[in-house]
Amino acid sequence: MTPAIGYASIAAVTVVTVLIGFFGVRISRTTSDFYVASRTVRPWLNASAIGGEYLSAASVLGIAGLILLQGERALWFPIGYTAGYLMLLLFVAAPLRRSGAYTVPDFTEARLESRGARRVTSLLVILIGWLYIVPQLQGAALTVGITTGLPRWVGAVGVAVIVGVVVAAGGMRSITFVQAFQYWLKLTAVAAPVVFVLLLRPGTAPDAGAALEGAFPPFTVADPDAVYRAVSLLVALLLGTLGLPHVLVRFYTNPDGPAARRTTLIVLCLLSAFYVFPIAIGMLGRVFVPELAAGDADALVLLLPGRMLPSPWAEAVTALVIAGAFGAFLSTSSGLVVSLAGVVSQELFAGSVRGFRIAAALSVVVPLTIAAVTESAGLAGSVGLVFAFTASTLCPVLLLGIWWRGLTARGAVAGMVAGAVACGSAILLGWLVPDAGLAGALIDQPAAWTVPLAALTMVLVSRLDRRGAPRGTDRFLARLHLPEHALELGAEALSGLRRDAGADGRLDRRNR
Amino acid sequence: MAESLLSGLAIAAAVALLAVAGYLIARRLARGPRELGTDAERARFTTLHLATRAAEHLREGLEKGDTVRAARDLRAMLDCEGLAIAGADGVLAVDGPDAFREAAARAIATRSGPKPQLHRAIAGQGRDAVDAVSAPILTSGVRAGTLVAFARAARPGLVRATGEAARWVSTQLELAELDASRAALAEAEVKALRAQISPHFIYNALTAIASFIHTDPAKARELVVEFADFTRYSFRRHGDFTTVAEELRSVDGYLRLERARFGDRLDVTLQIAPELLATVIPFLSVQPLVENAVRHGLESAERGGRVTITATDAGACALITVEDDGVGIDPELAREVLAGRAGGEHVGLRNVDTRLRQVYGDDFGLVVETNVGAGTLVTMRVPKSQPLRAGGAHEGRLAG
Repeated sequence: MTPAIGYASIAAVTVVTVLIGFFGVRISRTTSDFYVASRTVRPWLNASAIGGEYLSAASVLGIAGLILLQGERALWFPIGYTAGYLMLLLFVAAPLRRSGAYTVPDFTEARLESRGARRVTSLLVILIGWLYIVPQLQGAALTVGITTGLPRWVGAVGVAVIVGVVVAAGGMRSITFVQAFQYWLKLTAVAAPVVFVLLLRPGTAPDAGAALEGAFPPFTVADPDAVYRAVSLLVALLLGTLGLPHVLVRFYTNPDGPAARRTTLIVLCLLSAFYVFPIAIGMLGRVFVPELAAGDADALVLLLPGRMLPSPWAEAVTALVIAGAFGAFLSTSSGLVVSLAGVVSQELFAGSVRGFRIAAALSVVVPLTIAAVTESAGLAGSVGLVFAFTASTLCPVLLLGIWWRGLTARGAVAGMVAGAVACGSAILLGWLVPDAGLAGALIDQPAAWTVPLAALTMVLVSRLDRRGAPRGTDRFLARLHLPEHALELGAEALSGLRRDAGADGRLDRRNR
Repeated sequence: MAESLLSGLAIAAAVALLAVAGYLIARRLARGPRELGTDAERARFTTLHLATRAAEHLREGLEKGDTVRAARDLRAMLDCEGLAIAGADGVLAVDGPDAFREAAARAIATRSGPKPQLHRAIAGQGRDAVDAVSAPILTSGVRAGTLVAFARAARPGLVRATGEAARWVSTQLELAELDASRAALAEAEVKALRAQISPHFIYNALTAIASFIHTDPAKARELVVEFADFTRYSFRRHGDFTTVAEELRSVDGYLRLERARFGDRLDVTLQIAPELLATVIPFLSVQPLVENAVRHGLESAERGGRVTITATDAGACALITVEDDGVGIDPELAREVLAGRAGGEHVGLRNVDTRLRQVYGDDFGLVVETNVGAGTLVTMRVPKSQPLRAGGAHEGRLAG
């Protein structure tokens, strides 16, 4: 592969992203028209932005690689990543939008009225954010290494420095437009190889049928190990999505709860459309270039067009793919760093501007260190474990906090600690004791037992807590679950304003 | 599988452990070496420490405060078998065996004077009999509750100590009442501040409308409706908070009325990050800034001028700025106005500044950058995350 293509694409997507990050909003909304200025972001634009932020290295590179390696078992990943939004739509999106809390720590503090619960949540959010940035940096290292021939660490350091500097300098904050652009870039990047290979290579490989049959054997429930792994992975991905820090913030761009729900619905469609292509690439890889499985399977998306297309097309499509992949690392990491820096600066530096800069630097340095001392081995799997950890810690707090009035601060803290310890030690144990039979499955995919454990601990400790739920619970829950206009009418009724609604003018105006 | 991540997690765990350890050590060091003094010194320290802790729990009064924890600290302070705190309507918290709750109720039932009273063998039988000492908690001379201490054989020392503890609790409750009345005062002040629409503006708006009645009746009618909309928003009675979008709508209404006078001489530019439209801000906090810019920045300048309103996302905060290129303010005067020493012209700035400080704390006051002839830039910073504040009315309220 020609390094020039790699350099050109990476430079182009970096420059474009940084420029839009700094100037995008100014260009888009400088106006003297109040109507234009106070037009909120449309759900579809916001949904594109969520897609752009959510589709990380694991989705763009990891899934195709995993299908090349594991075949049918890898299909659970795209299903879980997408269906996680269904959970978000059903249980979290609208109530959280109405709560007014921008981060999970803010939410726990408001719901549980406890600084302690807030601190524990903040710590977990920071930890999860760090771990989630690591695979992004590893993906960048892989991409840069393969496409330009530079040493791998250059890619990780490059993305970390760009994201850290841009975020610390104040860019990338009003990033709805950047992230929306990134979604469409990523979609094009993964769709192009599939479309062009199908168009330009009409003939099929002689043993295509056999290759695919080997990859996708009929699923049997006879193997308890495989069933457990699939269930556990699905639990992790479905519930892990609920707690991701950078995803929650996006919902505030919606003006109200119903818009948040509409946005989530569109996100589901956009993600479903996206995941068709990594799966297709994985299958194409299995049929045409199975030898890649021996090396870096995650590089399949980058290498496939070069191997399969004739000359001018190969370069063009490769450039596009590199741009899309690099865009994924930049957008997901900057979204994460912005929300992480927000949490860190609020906890440690009382939300000052200088504190935000230090926090942004911290938020890239720690993951960079972790990425430097470890090596990329299966992006999708790594991200899957981060999801399992999120599902065992933050997800029970969110779900029980929104839907169960009995949750107390002690219960929440106990559950989060139990989930974190159980899931964390399972992950560590899996590292120390590889291959342990059925117990190995419990350790490899811990979500199926750690999530219920955390939730159960929360319920039990809350029940035993003599102090009971905080006093403001009923009011807070009413705010989460009542539609905005109902709440407003309620407030008016309470303050006796309904009696003189004519004077207030609101009702007669509606009737006019 | 995914061994790299596993080792990554191991390192992360190690880093986290180190961070926790570092935090604990730092806290320990920050507290300074606390020498273990004589028994008397330690007892003094323990008592004061418990009193401080209990005071925190009583800070919001008996009904709203955390009486359960206060009871625990008071029990440790009095070193007795159990302790109950009762309010005006009955027992609020009991620290000790459950049987004490009923006993405490009995002890309160025998009303007594302001002195602590000893009830012999109020719970239990024979050798397990427990005495109780009840002491009234008085605030402003009125009985607000009762403190009941339980002990196996209550001695006069405990009776005196309980009496003192009850008086101490009374003082804390009076402080809590003071807090409540201070909050109520602040709220009343905010309400009063909110209600100030400048009479100057009303006069100008009505004159402008009057000038159109003969020349352009349709426009005059439109302006009257605009005026009605604007005043309705300003006189809104519920909710101290609103969203950026709604506040902008009110600013729009206000500027349309001003344009009726200024004509094309008033140029307005907006740069609003759409992410911030739903951000909660204090009701009528941007409009007075715009009014200040128009009135004091541009009105005196012959050529008219430009007002720029921006809202940008700054991490955990939203930054809202209002800038004009008018005559500016003398920095000294601006300082005096914000400090509340000079009233008069720029009262709107002071009003918004006071409310922002009251709601979000002193770090969130207005920042005014200005000089004579150099225009004025007013910056307001608001935290984005305000989970306990409703954004006021429903979207589309004024669009009706």
